[in-house]
Amino acid sequence: MTITHFGAVLLFSFFTSIVFGITQRSEPKMMIRFGAFCFALFVFGTIAASWGMWLIKH
Amino acid sequence: MSKADQALLNKKSAISPAVALFAGWLIPGAGHLLLKKPIRAALLFVSIVAMFSIGIALEGKVYTPNTGDILDILGFAGDLGSGILYILARVFELGHSSVQIAIADYGTKFIVVAGLLNIVSAVDAHSLASGRKLS
Repeated sequence: MTITHFGAVLLFSFFTSIVFGITQRSEPKMMIRFGAFCFALFVFGTIAASWGMWLIKH
Repeated sequence: MSKADQALLNKKSAISPAVALFAGWLIPGAGHLLLKKPIRAALLFVSIVAMFSIGIALEGKVYTPNTGDILDILGFAGDLGSGILYILARVFELGHSSVQIAIADYGTKFIVVAGLLNIVSAVDAHSLASGRKLS
């Protein structure tokens, strides 16, 4: 199996956010909101960190 | 906290917290299934098994005990959190004993994180069974 780096980020963020949403909140609505928040934080955090590393290198 | 919330908090499940914890560790989502939360159980099962399977498919490393390296011991502790998935991986010799290709490093992390997420979900099942978590 081969996968792109961004694909790995998306898969990791998706499944991890589901578990975080279910375990860290009590109400279904809040679970979805927290899961979506975690997903966005994972993906955009990774993109921001990637640009940060690019800036350090250049 | 209101009295109603406190009453709910103190309401214990018929399932023993230790049983929910052990079942949740052994089979991802089983703790929640015992507590009659089938949708959560299914989502946890699919998420954790998918993470573990992707890690194996990416030729990630499956850690073994007694290598003497502290980082390997930590990796083993993380992998062991997957319960039966880790046992199956060892029995059927899935994954690799060392990282062979660059993308396999991601696979190794997927496997370890699957184990850690399974521990989180098992502890959540324990909290639900003991009444520490409301619902």
